[in-house]
This record gives sequence, C-alpha cells and structure tokens, in this order.
Amino acid sequence: MPAPMPVETERPPVEERQDEELTLIDRPWVTIVWNDPVNLMSYVTFVFQNYFHYTRKKAEKLMLEVHHQGKSVVSAGTREEMERDVRAMHEYGLWATMQKEDAS
Amino acid sequence: MTEGFQPRRGGGAVATFNGFEADLLRSLASQLVELLRNEVAAPVQAEDPLEDLLDFDGPTSAPDDPVLARLFPNAYPADDDAAGEFRRFTEGGLRDGKVRAAMAIVDALEEAGLPEELDEETLYVDVELGSDEALAWVKSFTDIRLALATRLGVEEGDENYWHTLPDDDPRTHVHEIYEWVGYLQETLVESLAP
Repeated sequence: MPAPMPVETERPPVEERQDEELTLIDRPWVTIVWNDPVNLMSYVTFVFQNYFHYTRKKAEKLMLEVHHQGKSVVSAGTREEMERDVRAMHEYGLWATMQKEDAS
Repeated sequence: MTEGFQPRRGGGAVATFNGFEADLLRSLASQLVELLRNEVAAPVQAEDPLEDLLDFDGPTSAPDDPVLARLFPNAYPADDDAAGEFRRFTEGGLRDGKVRAAMAIVDALEEAGLPEELDEETLYVDVELGSDEALAWVKSFTDIRLALATRLGVEEGDENYWHTLPDDDPRTHVHEIYEWVGYLQETLVESLAP
C-alpha cells in the first residue's frame, strides 16, 4: 500500500491571482525568500517552478537573486495569498518571510 | 556506492542503495521524525486563564531547538504578534507534513526490502518512487540537510574548512553524510525537473 503523502498546498492559477490584484485597494504584500548556506541552487529553482509554476528562466533568475543578493521577492498579492506562499516555502524548507511591499 | 536517482518512466524516480546506505537514510529520516514529534510545542501564554484553557491550537513563539527554529522560521520578522498568529495556525500542520514526508522515506525503503535489522552485507534495495512520493523525498532531504547543517554549524562557502578536519573528528563523518544527502537530492531534483 502506498504511504500517505503530505498534502500539497496548491496555488491557484496565475491568471486568477492577477485578476484579484486588479481589485486590490490595499498595498500588496510580498513573499521574500532569503539565502541560506544549505539549499541547493537546483532545488531552489525546482521549488519556484514546482510551486509557483514559473518558467525555468524566471525560476533561475529568482534563485540567482537569492544566491547573489541574499534575498528575492518571489511573489506578491494579498496578505492571505502571501501567508499561503510563505507556508508553502517553509514546507519546502526554504527560509521565507512576508511584509508589505513598501516596508523594506 | 549508489549512483543516486534516475528518472522513472511515467514520472517519479528510481534508485538503488546498498544495505548500509538504505539503513543510514532510514536512520536519518527516523531521527528527524523523532525530533519533530518530541519537542513539546511552546505553551501559549494567554492573559485570560479561560482563554488559555480553551486554546488548543499551535504555539506562538519560535521553537527552542535551533533545528526546529530553522525548519519553522519566523514569517514576520518585524511584527511579533503577526508572527505568533502565523505560527499558531501553520506550525502544527507543517510539522505533521514534515513527519509524513520523512515517514515516506522509511516506508518506501522498508517496502523495497530493507529489514528492521540490517544483517546482510550484500543486500541491495531498489526504490521506485511515484511523483508524489518523490516530492515527499526531495522535501525531506532538505529537512534532513537543514538539520545536519544546523547541528554542524555549516556556513556559506566553508567547504574547505570541513575538508581539512582530521578524519577522526566526528564532525568529518557527519559532514560527509550531509554532502552525500546533498548528492542524492541533486540527482533527485534532476530526475524530477519539469
């Protein structure tokens, strides 16, 4: 019998999220992924592709930002959406935080 | 020595481990499960004793153990209240997910023929992982590597330091295991790359 699998935190399709953003009055929130000495570059790219459904090119660009600049904004949206994204990043073992876009 | 993972037809990945390697992986995954289950969640400090009694959800402060603090980072570094709320609603579920992912490693190895006690030197374990199972493994490899690295004190660009430690330093062996799990993870990521 197959082992029970962790529940995947699925992200809604990108188009849907963009529509939501258009109706936002509040400043959007952002999810930031920070560099750490452990996670492999290939794995970080994999996570950005697998969870956010970003293209390989975009995932690699964000990964390199994390690696060279110490952090990268990987998604933006409502507070609820960003809490979902941060939780998912923690599920994948990445070091992620969230804040209002203008708070950095 | 295992050559790591190869893509599996129809998704997922396959790998062959010798008995020692399979036993080591099971031991690492089991230790992670123990750590995730053992540390009592930090008590919630409510002002109102009644609220305290009725509060059945998760902790609001970061775990004491540095490994757990890394596995469950602070989501709001500049806002303690929001960080506490986030932790309360996410940490329990995240812990359970990480336990299940580590158990997926143990279960797959045992289903592939790894006995409870390793007594046969020539044993080989062929692991065949479907897509979901492989995703659980690749995530759990990260948790295992974060745990080993936190205990060792691994820092950015310190590879040379570890390679100059004497062979009889116990950290040398642990760091070799850390690098080996990294190698396995690298081959698993390559096998799963979209």
